[in-house]
Amino acid sequence: MTTDKLNIQEFLDQDQKKDLLRLLTAGSVDDGKSTLIGRLMFDSKMLYEDQLAALERDSKRVGHAGEDIDYALLLDGLKAEREQGITIDVAYRYFSTAKRKFIIADTPGHEQYTRNMITGGSTANLAIILIDARHGVITQTRRHTYLANLLGIKHVVVAINKMDLVDFSQKRFEEIKNEYAAFVTQLDVPDVNFIPLSALKGDNVVETSDKMPWYHGPSLLEFLENVHVSSDRNFDDLRYPVQYVLRPDTKFRGFSTSVASGIIKKGDEVMVLPSLKKSKVKSIITYDGELDYAFPPQSVTVTLEHEIDISRGDMLVHPDNLPRVERQFEAMLVWMDEKDMNLSTQFYIKHANNTTKARIDDIRYKVDVNTLEKSNIEKFKLNEIGRVVITTTKPLFFDPYKKNKQTGSFILIDPVTHNTCAVGMIIDKLSSKNLPSRITDTDKERIAAGKSLIKSDERQQKLNQKGETIWITGLHGSGKNELAFSLERKLFDEGASAVLIDGSSLRSGLSRELDYSPADRAEHLRRVAHICKMLNDQGVITICSFISRNESLREQVAEVIGKDRFHLFYMDASLEFCKENKPELYVKAENGEVENLPGVDLEYEVPQNAKLVFKPEENENNLDAILDYLANNKVFPIH
Amino acid sequence: MNEYSLTNLRELEAEAIHIIREVAAEFENPVMLYSIGKDSSVMVRLAEKAFYPGKVPFPLMHIDSKWKFKEMIEFRDNYAKENNWDLIVHYNQEGFESGVGPFTHGSKVHTDIMKTQALLQGLNKYKFDAAFGGARRDEEKSRAKERIFSFRDRYHQWDPKNQRPELWNIYNAKVHKGESIRVFPISNWTELDIWQYIRLENIPIVPLYYAKERPIVEMDGSLIMVDDERMPQELRDKAKMRKVRFRTLGCYPLTGAIDSDADTIEKIVEEMMTVTVSERTTRVIDFDQEASMEQKKREGYF
Repeated sequence: MTTDKLNIQEFLDQDQKKDLLRLLTAGSVDDGKSTLIGRLMFDSKMLYEDQLAALERDSKRVGHAGEDIDYALLLDGLKAEREQGITIDVAYRYFSTAKRKFIIADTPGHEQYTRNMITGGSTANLAIILIDARHGVITQTRRHTYLANLLGIKHVVVAINKMDLVDFSQKRFEEIKNEYAAFVTQLDVPDVNFIPLSALKGDNVVETSDKMPWYHGPSLLEFLENVHVSSDRNFDDLRYPVQYVLRPDTKFRGFSTSVASGIIKKGDEVMVLPSLKKSKVKSIITYDGELDYAFPPQSVTVTLEHEIDISRGDMLVHPDNLPRVERQFEAMLVWMDEKDMNLSTQFYIKHANNTTKARIDDIRYKVDVNTLEKSNIEKFKLNEIGRVVITTTKPLFFDPYKKNKQTGSFILIDPVTHNTCAVGMIIDKLSSKNLPSRITDTDKERIAAGKSLIKSDERQQKLNQKGETIWITGLHGSGKNELAFSLERKLFDEGASAVLIDGSSLRSGLSRELDYSPADRAEHLRRVAHICKMLNDQGVITICSFISRNESLREQVAEVIGKDRFHLFYMDASLEFCKENKPELYVKAENGEVENLPGVDLEYEVPQNAKLVFKPEENENNLDAILDYLANNKVFPIH
Repeated sequence: MNEYSLTNLRELEAEAIHIIREVAAEFENPVMLYSIGKDSSVMVRLAEKAFYPGKVPFPLMHIDSKWKFKEMIEFRDNYAKENNWDLIVHYNQEGFESGVGPFTHGSKVHTDIMKTQALLQGLNKYKFDAAFGGARRDEEKSRAKERIFSFRDRYHQWDPKNQRPELWNIYNAKVHKGESIRVFPISNWTELDIWQYIRLENIPIVPLYYAKERPIVEMDGSLIMVDDERMPQELRDKAKMRKVRFRTLGCYPLTGAIDSDADTIEKIVEEMMTVTVSERTTRVIDFDQEASMEQKKREGYF
């Protein structure tokens, strides 16, 4: 980096036009990886004198390079690691040349650090795979290539290092190249390049070496400066996952995010997921002015023509180009946690600005990262990788990772420790719908106890309601049936799952041997209560309208259903009203043709503990009152 | 470059805005720590950009060690006022009242009490669950490994061996009560990127960054400016006017100046590219011990 040829103004103007290349290096100290990076930084003059002085001092004290400067020491950051002589975590390095700025994710090479390499490689455009020319393609080479490919890194540079130790032999270079090429055909890396070099001596690192006249390609740095990566992003499929809803005042409503893929243009027709509502892009706003279009990874704010309810996690897309919207998918999963996978855990899943719950339904197979062989396995341990089936509580809007890194990637978070315990890449294949759900140990316990595998909170989440019972008591002819039937209709229209338990239908079937004596009335209500209980357990709301004439009967019903999900309402109609409304039965009772009619020859106890009391002539108001009551008590809707 | 590609600076800017918005969306009570330095100035501008045309939905907090340069405090107050920021200023009252300072207690004690302890007090007092910092990974070795969302336990400690994996741009923001996340939106920026951005965006910075004649005392090889009368008389007597500027800003007795003629950003960058001493060597605290930053970070310092 020299400034003498340009004046500083020109230099800065030119420098600010540079682009950015993110690259991954993986390897151990023995490969000379750190030496290579140190050399790149040193030769591109990114080291300051005090850093160099410290480097020379450290080289003598703890270095592994004899009398030479140990460039590796420059990179190994933390104290304990320096003493052990290994790089443990991912370290990020920065250097730039006149053409580009580079961010290196520098990761350790051993198998126990697979998760670190995965972490470092997730944002990389390019991976450098280091091979020691003396050893050729080894297990580690295969592993690193597989992981780079898994992460969807499109460009691979195979740096065949330590050429000085094999006399800069072209034959050796070709051997390794052929061996690697044979292996890499099993994977689909689109762009593979081979460069022979010596990191320690500096051959083909920055300058092309005169020691290998048979090699006509670029040096490593020349290659890195020129490799074309800007077209690697997906510019085809608009995915705009809303990250933040901007509402500075009542008039302005903006939806902010970093464009995940595709191009969003002013005037575009867009569809909102999951509501499927459509609108047009009114403006694309940034602090530096409005834009006509925005592309990944720009962070912008969009306003729409229509007022649509949109929250974080919703996605704007073009209506003719939709992602998959599903609750189940298959993915390649990397287990990152010290704690083994537990299949009965409900994880948090974070995907495209959305967080919901997820379960691993099934493990299809585990991949041996060294041999690429697949095997069956019960659960994953740290650093293990394989294919799984995942089901989420809410649908996700996703694409296969190969097509779209942004909408194809997710992390799983442990619900207890909150650690990021796994990361995944969604596969381009529909999950088979009839896949048997995996039965875990806790599941077995539930089955033995006769408990459903679906927990009540899962049902509540899905149905957006609690399975509870609305019980309307009142005299015969009080108008409670009219209220109950119109309530069922109303709840259906509002999207609830509610069932009306109709007394006369039951009496023609389930309770047909029962009469209207107090004892049989009690037995009838016991059966009704059990039906309600079963339906409520399934998450369904039940609506019952029964005379249920006294406190003790109503208590028994509440006991069976569960007191906290029994909501008692009272239809308060005068006997005169009832007689006028349904004269038939009352006339018979008064003539003695019918016995045991509450209000006539049986006492009706007015409930003292009813949650709501209605007057029959106010049917519409009564319905609204019930809906308000259900909403306030979070019976329906919950959200 | 095609029409759909971003320059390095614009890509870094987009990344930082994404990170800042993510924190505002995921946390209940975030704060942006504001050191008044150039990196903070860039971070603050990025926050303004992230929520434009709205107001930034979290406050700034400055941990005042009571030994900052006067020009910094003046700049801070003006900036917050002009740009309508909620500014919290916190200092360690007990330390201040017992007269803790670098001249009397040495840099280590001063830094611990008036910076690290003060920071922890401030974070606890307002129960912030996320705090933005303007640290860059290229500044110092231990930072190179730190995550963008850096988890801290309830004692604000960082465990470098046990960091959460961080992939793509999906950040894990789950914390239990009392735990928190330090967030570094400009992790991937280099010193040159910062200067370029300040130049490109016309971001105001404290004038101390520009060369000017200032009263300077040489102390153990560092050029220390006389900023007030708390510097012992015998030192002040040795002060000479020298044309200097500061590459980093902090407590004035702990921040070394460099001789310089650079009074514009262009000249500063030019000087930076030819000067061969890295930035942090003008921060006196780094000399305490090898890997001292890692130690401080484990204890809760940024």
